[in-house]
Amino acid sequence: MGEHILSWMTFFPVIGAAVIAFLPAEKREVIRTTAAAAAAVPLILAVKLFIEFDRGSSAFQFVEHYEWIKAFNIEYFMGIDGLSVPMVLLTAFLSFLCIIASWRIEKAVKGYMALFLLLEAGMMGVFCALDFFLFYVFWEVMLLPMYFLIGIWGGPRREYAAIKFFLYTLAGSVLMLLAMIAFYLNVQDPVTGGHTFNMLHMFDQANHSAWLNITNVRHWLWIALFIGFAIKVPIFPFHTWLPDAHVEAPTAVSVILAGILLKMGTYGILRISYPILPDCAFWFSIPLAVLGVINILYGACCAMAQSDMKKLVAYSSISHMGYVLIGMAAAVSTVQNVNYSAAINGAVLQMFNHGTITAMLFLCVGVIYDRAHHREINGFGGLGLQMPVYTSVFSFALFAALGLPGLSGFVSEAMIFMGVFPVYRTVAIVSALGIIIGAAYVLWMLQRVFLGPKQDKYDELPEISTREMFTLVPIGILVLLFGVYPMPILNLMKVSLNNLIKVMAG
Amino acid sequence: MEALNVNIPQWRDLAHWLPELILCGTFFLALLLDLITRGRRPVAPFLVTLAGLLVAFAYAVVGIPDGSQTILGDLIVVDGPAAFFRFLFIFAGLITVLFAWTSEEIMGKTREAKGEFYALIALLVAGMCVMAEARDLLMLFLSMEMVGLSSYVLAGYMRTSLRSTEASLKYVIFGAVSSGIMLYGLSLLYGLTGETTFAGIRQALLAGQVDQLTLLVVTILILAGMSYKIAAVPFHFWCPDVYEGAPTPVAAIFSVGPKAAAFALMIRFFYTTMVAGTDRIASAPLLNVVDWPLIIALISVVTMCYGNLVALRQNNVKRMLAYSSIAHVGYLLMGFLLLTTAGLQAILFYLLVYTIMNLGAFLFVVAINNHLRSENLEDYVGLGFRAPWAAAMMVVFLFSLVGIPPTAGFVGKFYLFYAVMAEQWHWLAIVGVLNSVVSLFYYMKIPKAMYFTESGETQPTGKLRIAPLQHVVLGVLCVPMLWLGLYWIFFKDAADQAIARFTVGI
Repeated sequence: MGEHILSWMTFFPVIGAAVIAFLPAEKREVIRTTAAAAAAVPLILAVKLFIEFDRGSSAFQFVEHYEWIKAFNIEYFMGIDGLSVPMVLLTAFLSFLCIIASWRIEKAVKGYMALFLLLEAGMMGVFCALDFFLFYVFWEVMLLPMYFLIGIWGGPRREYAAIKFFLYTLAGSVLMLLAMIAFYLNVQDPVTGGHTFNMLHMFDQANHSAWLNITNVRHWLWIALFIGFAIKVPIFPFHTWLPDAHVEAPTAVSVILAGILLKMGTYGILRISYPILPDCAFWFSIPLAVLGVINILYGACCAMAQSDMKKLVAYSSISHMGYVLIGMAAAVSTVQNVNYSAAINGAVLQMFNHGTITAMLFLCVGVIYDRAHHREINGFGGLGLQMPVYTSVFSFALFAALGLPGLSGFVSEAMIFMGVFPVYRTVAIVSALGIIIGAAYVLWMLQRVFLGPKQDKYDELPEISTREMFTLVPIGILVLLFGVYPMPILNLMKVSLNNLIKVMAG
Repeated sequence: MEALNVNIPQWRDLAHWLPELILCGTFFLALLLDLITRGRRPVAPFLVTLAGLLVAFAYAVVGIPDGSQTILGDLIVVDGPAAFFRFLFIFAGLITVLFAWTSEEIMGKTREAKGEFYALIALLVAGMCVMAEARDLLMLFLSMEMVGLSSYVLAGYMRTSLRSTEASLKYVIFGAVSSGIMLYGLSLLYGLTGETTFAGIRQALLAGQVDQLTLLVVTILILAGMSYKIAAVPFHFWCPDVYEGAPTPVAAIFSVGPKAAAFALMIRFFYTTMVAGTDRIASAPLLNVVDWPLIIALISVVTMCYGNLVALRQNNVKRMLAYSSIAHVGYLLMGFLLLTTAGLQAILFYLLVYTIMNLGAFLFVVAINNHLRSENLEDYVGLGFRAPWAAAMMVVFLFSLVGIPPTAGFVGKFYLFYAVMAEQWHWLAIVGVLNSVVSLFYYMKIPKAMYFTESGETQPTGKLRIAPLQHVVLGVLCVPMLWLGLYWIFFKDAADQAIARFTVGI
């Protein structure tokens, strides 16, 4: 397994899914255990990856490079750098925990677990692929399991939410497909002289054809790619699928949606759009910053207005992804930005931190939903007396979300503001409002749900179980650890990200 | 001396025409056996047809000619595309025959004259093969009528069903009108050029002195006749009614066979007479007279938009698939108008994939119809759990029809869009991809009904006993969908080779 570690991480879940497909449907425990085992392998490999990854190099590591479809120069090309490592670790970590968190799913367990493992494979592939075609295949492969996971195991409006999610994402990705074909036709492999899907060749501007050097063409391609990724992030005004999908999806799927899928959008921009079209990244940096501010404020205001806990968390995700966007915009805005390093590292760290924090929030919402069978904020009250352990865990997650110093959300947001302030003063100041609104909706919800007099109708609610704690505590530890000492994760990405910005600036 | 020999049939040339001869023999033998076994289950005609098709299939696979071979003077040519299409048609015939044997619509109820069905399929397949080989106006018309006549009978095969007879009558009337229109065009063309062979017509057109307006009229008349065969807007009206009314196995082969055959004919006719193959320079004088690619671009856009938008409103699965097949014709026409080798290769590959996936989808409808006696979406509720394997395979076919990786449909679409982008028809590519997003919505109605919607209390939930043969045939179609989605080079090579050996004629 040492040789092809990325392939194993990607395809071991597929093997698990295939095994599950042939297990008898009645043996639920066996199916669950198999799924957990299949998800544990990538997690173990992720630990190995974390240890062995060379932090001093910005080159792609653990590279696997084979021919796939020779006639069209489509390659099986996997590799990771500092940008993808945090995402790969996050994927392996959250997927495993989500399988554990899904233990109590009783409806069609077999299908659920098989689809979940396929989903993990798709996500892992997206973060490892270095061939655009391969990237696109993984990007789309994810849609199928996600569609069914929301559609079959979701809430009351699941049919609507599932197809909406699917339509939005596909609309974005077909534009990406056309952009991909355009790149393929206009990027030359420096060795063979043929067309290529190899991203590394696409990054090198010297390989671009004359047509690809026309400014208008580049802008259009940027926009096509951007729409594809923006829908995934989601960036206003492409965000409307998100609240529906998050609310209707089962808990574990919401965790994956918010924790990993949203990051694919920003990851895509950083991995593909930025290095292939750096000039367009500069051209687009102000609109991107503005969109980021809109995301922050609009998401926070919407979250404030929600009465459904899950919807509140969903809108808070939109808000928090806005910080990533302003960080990304600031990182490339001017070459003179001495703090670009803080901006870009903050943005990617925020992607990671938001993944862990939202995962905790969704898991916590799932815990109470399993017990009370509703999520109305105003329907609760006094839960702090009824479920003290649960209350402290949820409060921990909520404080992390509002950016309490000492927890990981604060570190990344502070870094982003450090990076943004010198270049976009207004953006930084206006965005800071988002933090205040964030504190408002978090604290207000905390107050309505946990404080106040104890309610009789919730007397029967049992305290959080050991299994649930098992899913929450590891994430909590990471949130605390990276809040106090974020260097382990920053060291992973720093060199690659700084190099990315330097190369872009020419 | 050479010139004298041209029109004298060479009997030894017929060796290259073995599959067609076998199919004709099969037709007569099956008819004869049907007379003998009348009133009983038509085992003998079925077996004879199956055997005939198998032998012809084996020959079509093994006996691919090295070069091109003209037969009966210059009436028929067996070259790359002809051999490719022959393979495709016989395959479709085989699958249809196998499935018809298990279909209650064909084999159930009245016990008379069942053997004729198989005989007619053999004749239909033979006719389609000739369509792909015709290189003369007379042969073109003859083969189209041969396919037409057997289709009319097959559409009305359920004599006692009002829907079926109505479908047949509609088919006949529309067919007669469009044949008439086309025949008028052909006669004008003959009048203009004094030639009936495709190659001769091109020489005459190149020589000049052809009235531009008349040639435009001719092109439109002939296009009208062919549009009817492929069911392109505005000659599509018969298609949904006929598919809905005809027995489902018949609709299955109609949706792939005659369509692909008409494409084969169109490719040969237009690329031999109206342009000089894919040779842009030699074609220029012809294109100056009639810019037919532009006409086809318009037809293509209207066809795909119309097919997809109308399919959105359908609740009958067969009718929905009929409209979807109209939309697919729109995609295929994109490849047709490019005048490039890449475009033709993409068409051939797409037709191969389309044949498999569309047959699969229709045959699933047959399998379900056997039990539910219905094709309405409301009755498909819960099928995902009542017939798990068949439903899962249907999902694969549907995803392939949308064009989502890792299914063959994606690869087919990728090559089509690649060819379109390579010729810088960007607006056409954008219309095309957005159409496939629209198509997602109605295709996904089927999984939605099968998996998402909860069965009502009145609806049965018992397992359906899908016949083993049906499972096997669906599996035979499903496996290539996934296999070709991951590694398609062999079939792509076959399509490329076929186009490379396309004899445009001197």
